[in-house]
This record gives sequence, structure tokens and C-alpha cells, in this order.
Amino acid sequence: MNLKLFIPADSTALSLGAEAVAQAAALEAQARGVAIEIVRTGSRGAFWLEPLLEIERDGRRYGFGPLAAGDVAGLFAAGFGEHPKSLGPVEDIPFLKAQQRLIFGRCGIVDPLSLSDYRAHGGLRGLERAIALGAAATLQEVIASGLRGRGGAGFPTGIKWRTVAGAQAEQKYVVCNADEGDSGTFADRMLMEGDPFTLIEGMTIAALTVGATRGYVYIRSEYPHAFRTFEAALARARAGGVLGPNVLGSNTSFDIEARLGAGAYICGEETSLLESLEGKRGQVRAKPPLPAIKGLFGQPTVINNVLSFASTPWILAQGAKAYADYGVGRSLGSQPFQLAGNIRRGGLIELAFGVTIRRLVEEFGGGTRSGRPLRAVQVGGPLGAYFPESLLDTPLDYESMAAARGMLGHGGLVVFDDTVDMAKQARFAFAFCAAESCGKCTPCRIGSTRGVETVDKIVQGRAREANVALLRDLCETLTDGSLCALGGLTPMPVLSALDHFGEDFTRPATSLAAE
Amino acid sequence: MSGRAPWDETQARALIEARRREPGAMLPLLHDLQERFGYIDNSAIPLIADALNVSRAETIGVVSFYHDFRREPVDGSILKLCRAEACQATGCEGLVDHLARAHGLKVDAHAGGPLTIETVYCLGHCAAAPAALLDGEPRGRLTVEDLDGIVARSRGPMP
Repeated sequence: MNLKLFIPADSTALSLGAEAVAQAAALEAQARGVAIEIVRTGSRGAFWLEPLLEIERDGRRYGFGPLAAGDVAGLFAAGFGEHPKSLGPVEDIPFLKAQQRLIFGRCGIVDPLSLSDYRAHGGLRGLERAIALGAAATLQEVIASGLRGRGGAGFPTGIKWRTVAGAQAEQKYVVCNADEGDSGTFADRMLMEGDPFTLIEGMTIAALTVGATRGYVYIRSEYPHAFRTFEAALARARAGGVLGPNVLGSNTSFDIEARLGAGAYICGEETSLLESLEGKRGQVRAKPPLPAIKGLFGQPTVINNVLSFASTPWILAQGAKAYADYGVGRSLGSQPFQLAGNIRRGGLIELAFGVTIRRLVEEFGGGTRSGRPLRAVQVGGPLGAYFPESLLDTPLDYESMAAARGMLGHGGLVVFDDTVDMAKQARFAFAFCAAESCGKCTPCRIGSTRGVETVDKIVQGRAREANVALLRDLCETLTDGSLCALGGLTPMPVLSALDHFGEDFTRPATSLAAE
Repeated sequence: MSGRAPWDETQARALIEARRREPGAMLPLLHDLQERFGYIDNSAIPLIADALNVSRAETIGVVSFYHDFRREPVDGSILKLCRAEACQATGCEGLVDHLARAHGLKVDAHAGGPLTIETVYCLGHCAAAPAALLDGEPRGRLTVEDLDGIVARSRGPMP
């Protein structure tokens, strides 16, 4: 019997003990004299099942999880058949089966560092078609797909590329923003660890379209595993002729360098990221000029999020029309949502835009992990709004979220149960802004600290009405007067907490003191 | 943690020399120095400034801007504990309180000793929160008992 096992090396899977499971499997096989091959994959994104072990049988994958190292001997003894941890065919797990995976179709399935695996699962077809089409037609495909920037702002990707393509310069750059700093988001990390060639392919498509020869990926230092995997993938891509002086025989040159961030949340803001890549403090630049005109080192630069680039191989391979068939209104295609926090079944859920918060939290997530009633869901990271139970039927697309005074951001959802103190969360939003402000503009630099103080006064019961009015006024100043989204959007979690959970701000001060 | 070398100017110069010609070399170079020595020594500032043709003030400006770069040497293990929203929703502040109450360990105190605990905002393990990185290795669904184990091992004899 020659066994082929698949065990994730995704860092969240590792955080739950995947390494020990892999070692136990190798030892057990050795002890039994069984020949096995262990493929270290990314994660499927069903993190409550991690560490998840899969075995291939008759072309299908069967899963076992969540495992501890101690379960492994039993799995061998049972011949990887009947076992309490058996999950059956992995593709039939409802959490996975109900998804629409365009970007994440390979993640958790392939060996992330095998270019031949990548090709065998449909990789590089998008880039090959882009080369065949040429730059102008490729650009039309991206525009026609309706793809919008997945970093949060939702700017049409094709329009951005068109600006860079039209700019005249000797050197242009393609920069990938992999500074995925929003709490509750991990899609970029998963992709870089589980299917890094998709990002490389997407950036290369962008480079060919706009005429750039150099690319950078700015990966946050909190993701050491993603950084290492991505660097290894770059080396394989060069060796395989995907990157280098003659990209897939197209006679065009493109190469990518991975760069490590240094723990500054603000570097997820595109101009701050460019400053950081240039070796400076990550301070926000005033726009205009847009990075598309004057970006990295003053040159025309495409800067997009990981998921924006990673969407383009599918778009090119399957066609813009096929992509635009997913989604609603002006939110076309798919979004990898990320379900996190106090949730039973947390993980990555890629679906067409328009799914409701409730469906993700209840159907996919199965409610809170603590078993207590759900109280709030923060959508879109630390700068996103807190939604109460009564608004869970809001659809997740750019327009519906804006209408509900929220935002989609990078697609993260963080669930809180009824033990949460929403005044504390509002205070944290300001405190986080104060800690992470780049300091360039006054509303953000000073306003964030004044915000912390004002929330404190309200909670302490000092001149409550006047201070609530002051808080709203301060929020208006931050929204209208900040240079970038950090100061500009910090009011969103604050005001949503105040509007939807006002009772947390107006509890008798004495009871707070007694707590 | 083993592997951290004491400050050595010759080594530092070699690390700086290896990077200086790269475009935007500052951050990669600082990461190299911190990986080798565990912090950015004050004596490194003029070396970097000279090599990159920027002022010392600018160099210090960069070093101090980023949360990652330490200005003092650090002994022992480093636990980067996530305190962002997904970890808040699963009780990370209770873990912070426990470290203080049960072990007398303050987060971000940088008081030396065998275990340094630093706040980070998000490690991308939000579906397995609360999360931390212990000397670069990820830990998910962290419990009070896990922390007790980490503290005990850090205080025990080094393996």
C-alpha cells in the first residue's frame, strides 16, 4: 500500500498542531513499514477542522479532523476508514461544498510550491491567454470583468491599470499590497501560503498589461510563514520561466521581489506602503498625484491588493463575462469572506457578492463559539462598522454595505457574543488609530487621542450629553479632515457602536465602577 | 532564544554592505540587523546613515516609526500576543490579565527576563483566536493553561 496524505502547512493549521500531526504520521508509517508520501498543502480554510488530514483514494480526497497527534496511530489502525474523526469526502463538507471558489479553487488542494501541480489544476492558463491576447485586449478583459480593488476601497482595477498603461515612463512598477493588517482577515495570508503562484500569475498579467518590468510584494512581518513560502514560490517561478527575462516565452521581462513590512498598520495604506518600500517612514502621501502616475520611486505604479491580482488569472482564463456573471449590481465576481472571532466554524468562505451577513454567520459559522447569544459583527476590519443582530440581513456587497453605513473592506467578519462591551470597542477603535496613526495629519494624530478621552468621559458619566455631541462632532472632523482612510474611517466603528449599542455608553456610572 | 548574536560592528557592516545597493534598502537592512542581533544597536545608526547616504535623524526616524524594531537587546523568548478585535472577541484581554496576576508579567513592559511579551495587532489566525507567535511559531486558540506552560518553559533550563 502506498499512501498519499495531505496535511496543511498553513500557519493557522500549524498554530493548532498540524506539524505534530505530520510528524506523527511520518513516524507511524515508518513503524508500520508503510510507504507514504506526505504533501504539505495550504488550508482549505475550514479552520475548525484543522489540523485536517486528507487521504487520496480513487481520485477523491477523504478528510479526518480536527486531529491531535495522538489520533494518528488510530487512523492507521483503522486503515483510514471508519474513525470517529472521519469527515468523509472533503468536497462534500457543507461549509466547502456551498462555496463558489474562483480565487481559492486550488488552496488546500495543491502543493503550494509545485509548479506542475499548479499547471495541472488550471494554473497559468490566464497568463498564457493574456500573452496571446496582447496588452490592449487583456486590459479590456479586466475592465469588462468589473473587478474592483479588494483591499477595501473598491476602485475598478482595470481603470487603474489603464492609467498606468497610458503613462509614459522608462520604468513602471507593479506593487502588491500584502500588508493584510485588518483583524478578522487572513485571505491574503492563506493564498500566499497555499497557492502563491496565483498571485505571481496575477501580478505578471498586470505587468504585461501596463508594461512594467519590476514587481514588489510588501508582506507584513506578522506573516513570517507567508513570507517564506512566497519567497520559495518566487524562486520556483523563476526556475520555471514564469518570471525572468522571457516570461513564458513571451519575450517580455518581469521579476518580483518580496519585501517584509515592519509592524506598521498604516503601511496597508497604498501611499504609505510605497514610502515604506522606498525605505522611509510609512507616512501617507497626499493625492494627487496618484500612484498610477507617480508611484514607487516616482514612477507609474499599479498597486493592488493580493486578492485583486489573484482574481485576474481566473478572469483571463474563463473570460470577463463568466466572471461578471457572479455578483450583484456593481459588485461583480466573488469575494473571499473571512469569518472570525467568537464563531463555531470560522474560516474562509468565497462566494459571489450579495450573500447576507446572517447566512455567513449562521449557516456557515454555526453561531458563536461560546454558545452565548451573538451581539455584534464587525465587518471590514478595525475601521468597519459593528452590525447588531437586527441588521444581519444586510447583503455583503459594496453598495449595500455603504447604504448601511458600513463597508466591506477586505471582507473580514468578526463575531462577538453578548459579553462584549461596545463602549470599550469604540474606545479601542480610537486607541488603535492613535497607536497606528502615521502622524501626518492632525485629525487622525490628535483626534484619535481626544476620542479615547471623550469615550472615557461618557462612560464615566461626566457631562454625558455634551460629550456624546462632542464625540459626534469629532467623528465628523476625522471623517472629513483626515488624509487617508485610517483617520477617515475610524469614526465608522465608533458611530456604529454609538448608534446601534447606545445602551453600553449610558449605563449608570456607579455600576461600571463596581464591575 | 538562542541564535541572537551580541552586537558586533564588523558583522553589522557586512550586513549593511550586502544590502546597500538595493533600491529602498533601509527596511531589509534593518530586518537583517535585528534578525542577527535581536535589536538595532545605537552604533548601527551612523553606519546605516553613511551607507545609504541619509542623515542619522532620518535613520532614527525610520527605526522609531516601525513597531518591529527594538532599540534595546532582548533576552529569552518573545511572545507576540495578538490583541486585535478577533482576539478580543475570544478573550485575549483575559490572557493579558492572567499574565499580570499569575506571573507578574506585563505586556510591552520590556523589563528583560526570560520571556518578553509584546502586543501585536493581528497575526492572521483570526479563525483560531486568541493567537500568538512564540519565537516565530504560531499558537492558536490560546488558553490560560497554554500561557502557564509557555511561562514555565521560558523560566526552566534552556533545552
